[in-house]
Amino acid sequence: MTECVVNNEACTGAQQPARAAEGRFDVAVIGAGVVGCAVARRFALAGARVVLIEKGADLLSGASKANSAILHTGFDAPPDSLEHALVQAGREEYLQIAGELNLPLVQTGALVCAWDAPQADKLAAIEAQGRRNGVQRLRMLDPKEARHAMPHLSDRLVQALEVVDEHVIDPWSAPLAYLTQAVALGAVFLRHAELVRGEFDGTAWHLQTAAGRVEARSVVNAAGLFGDLVDERLGLGRSFQIRPRKGQFVVLDKAASRYVPRIVLPVPTEITKGIVVCPTAFGNVLVGPTAEEQEDRDRATVEQATLEMLLRKAAEIVPALAAIPVTAVYAGLRPATEDKAYRVFVRAEQRAITLGGIRSTGLSAALGLARHALHLHAGFDGIGRAAPAVPMVRMPNLAECRPRDWQAPDHGEIVCHCELVTRREIVAALNSPVPPGDFGGLRRRTRAGMGRCQGFYCNARLADMTQDLWPVPLAVKAAEAAR
Amino acid sequence: MSALHDVIVVGGGPSGVAAAVELRRRGVKDVVLLDRESELGGATRHCSHSPFGMQEFHRVYLGASYGRRLQQEALAAGVDVRTSHSVVRLGDDGELLVSSPQGVSSLRGRRIVTSTGARETPRSARLVSGDRPLGILTTGALQSYVAFHGLMPFRRPLIVGSELVSLSALLTCVSHGARPVAMVEADARATAKAPLTWLPTVLGIPFHRSTEIVDIRGRQRVESVTVRRAGVLREIECDGILFTGRFTPEASLHMLSDLGVAAGSGAPLVDQYGRLQNPLYFAAGNVLRAVETGGWAFREGRAVGSAVADDLARQAPARQPVQVRFDAPLKLVVPGIIRSGDRMSAHAFRHFQLRMTRAAAGRLTLLLDGLPAWRQSGRWLPERRILVPIPTGAPEARQISFVFEENT
Repeated sequence: MTECVVNNEACTGAQQPARAAEGRFDVAVIGAGVVGCAVARRFALAGARVVLIEKGADLLSGASKANSAILHTGFDAPPDSLEHALVQAGREEYLQIAGELNLPLVQTGALVCAWDAPQADKLAAIEAQGRRNGVQRLRMLDPKEARHAMPHLSDRLVQALEVVDEHVIDPWSAPLAYLTQAVALGAVFLRHAELVRGEFDGTAWHLQTAAGRVEARSVVNAAGLFGDLVDERLGLGRSFQIRPRKGQFVVLDKAASRYVPRIVLPVPTEITKGIVVCPTAFGNVLVGPTAEEQEDRDRATVEQATLEMLLRKAAEIVPALAAIPVTAVYAGLRPATEDKAYRVFVRAEQRAITLGGIRSTGLSAALGLARHALHLHAGFDGIGRAAPAVPMVRMPNLAECRPRDWQAPDHGEIVCHCELVTRREIVAALNSPVPPGDFGGLRRRTRAGMGRCQGFYCNARLADMTQDLWPVPLAVKAAEAAR
Repeated sequence: MSALHDVIVVGGGPSGVAAAVELRRRGVKDVVLLDRESELGGATRHCSHSPFGMQEFHRVYLGASYGRRLQQEALAAGVDVRTSHSVVRLGDDGELLVSSPQGVSSLRGRRIVTSTGARETPRSARLVSGDRPLGILTTGALQSYVAFHGLMPFRRPLIVGSELVSLSALLTCVSHGARPVAMVEADARATAKAPLTWLPTVLGIPFHRSTEIVDIRGRQRVESVTVRRAGVLREIECDGILFTGRFTPEASLHMLSDLGVAAGSGAPLVDQYGRLQNPLYFAAGNVLRAVETGGWAFREGRAVGSAVADDLARQAPARQPVQVRFDAPLKLVVPGIIRSGDRMSAHAFRHFQLRMTRAAAGRLTLLLDGLPAWRQSGRWLPERRILVPIPTGAPEARQISFVFEENT
């Protein structure tokens, strides 16, 4: 018995692509990660007819589903870099629109912690770089001041740099809000639509996808881990090489949050920002990510030895964390390339823009990248339509810092006890304008199933509520299993 | 200020219902029983194979029918049963924050009994390497699929673990059309008692001891698993993995409050009356130590309910408890604290309940103020109940500790 009433097409992924993709779009955006969703929104707000082409079952199927959810100030971005400019632009726009979209913004601040003298020596340069990057609220702290800000920091701390304006956000509701706004403006979201091949005939693109043919005047490649391959399939050649870099994370029980009120950053090295201990908007504490190069673009595995290392590291930084149970573990892949910088290319004659190699700061920079893409597009053509009125979209709140549905009457019942998710919330997600395309999508829209019991109490109920909705179901009828 | 009840019992499984019924039998007027599910019974609701109720009701109930009997008992005894009531927070002063279909409310009790049970340890907390596809479950989830929804999440699962619950999982699979590919146990010896461990063999399912999972593969659903035995790796094809047992107390409410839990057991510490460090709170059942049978939990709940009734009547101040210390390889001791004074009321716990983390042979001694009060040599297996009578001198001792001298 399912409770998903409307929008069955999108739910089941059984689309009618010919009808859905009728006519010629102004822009085809390839890849529904955080960047693709932001781009779709920006072009739709500019009046464009947008189609967002995604190879997976849902948005955030690739790199974007796993990150530390930090909205960066950009204090440590390479100065005068495109990344820095876009992180700051993205951050500014997020701060402006979060309220009206009902997206959370948790100002935890961050402490860049030095655990030995060589690290402490680097803090002054980091502070100077931060100021040069336009981040003003920076404060050097001695161990006593740092422990005052965060009493449970290890007493091995030598020195810390406070970055007051770092925030954590809800990393899944934000891109969903962008896409929901785009869809409200008429954008089409095509799932299970891997790009097979694209040809430019001089005025428009003819894209062959797994879900049928799509025509669009311009194309924006935001395909993350497959960005280089998509450029190739569009006949644009290879301007960069994706070298996936895996990051493993441990999610600690909500009991950890009282010990970690702030983001704890390490002094970065050449390769990676380093292992972070940070609070989440949902009341947990994250530890990670690692930085491991690999060939595979799809498979991000967790490894026991690495997870144990992360736990040890967390306890070194905040000793009280040693007693906290693990809630979840996950791994993500960064679309890193052979160059640290963002790999942004525009081919004006072919009306193609590529936003490649967006790693580490994609969540923060997405809205900035979207504006930049529109700006690059204006370099070869306008949109040619009137900008519509901005549609009102308010996202359901998943963050702990504001009231949630379990606190309101008539929610039906609590289905996921560990995360306090109500039946009403789950039904609303299943019936939303951009409904989940798989179980992961439902989890990211509601938090259901993400808690410490990992479905011991609720998995069966969730399977029942989503039966017959998705190509890959959670379960089959018991009688069928016997066959 | 919220209404003040005499006792609020949190959790309506066997131990919670038994505590609530006993409180009413002892004449306590206002006893509220909260359970977050729509029916009472706790974990017993989905254990379709296990028989419950033999000792307490002198007949056998299977699965959901036991929960219904518990509900009848509670209502007949005049307990204020409130289902679909989820306690969200435990306050130091006995004030509970509760979410229900009517919204959020506060309830206060003179005493609170927490009987929230236990759950199995999932894949993530076990830190098992590999992909994270669909089809990885615990027994509780599987039994819910089958008991409540008529669904099966896999056809050919690998079963991990060899506790009693693992055998129950095996039966659940086999009786609902799934054909487990194997059962694996990391230890050299099965955890459950023989001859129960013959069950896989009897059903024609390979049982591999000294075998652990080192990798999980699967894009969307589980496709295969790599296991290691004596350094040799082997791949086993399967479409699901059932992580069984390794129960941990459902004490998240305690952990999130100032009540706290003990590091070794993950459970709140209680004294010989079932009373926590915060004397407004009591606890009984599998939240104290994972896991005992439904019948054991019922008796424990009844004994703690009686202790609560005594406590309400006497209103004697609770003294500072003495911590019970213990060596590895002991994993937990319940009661974990002992309070002095008050010989008038019977203890809820007559014995210390101990568990070992691993198989061990040696001499176990209980020292009270440095002097041996109990001693036994022997061999002990993990997850087996060890009972040590609480000596009459224990409440007055300043130091209580269990030492283990292992045979070399």
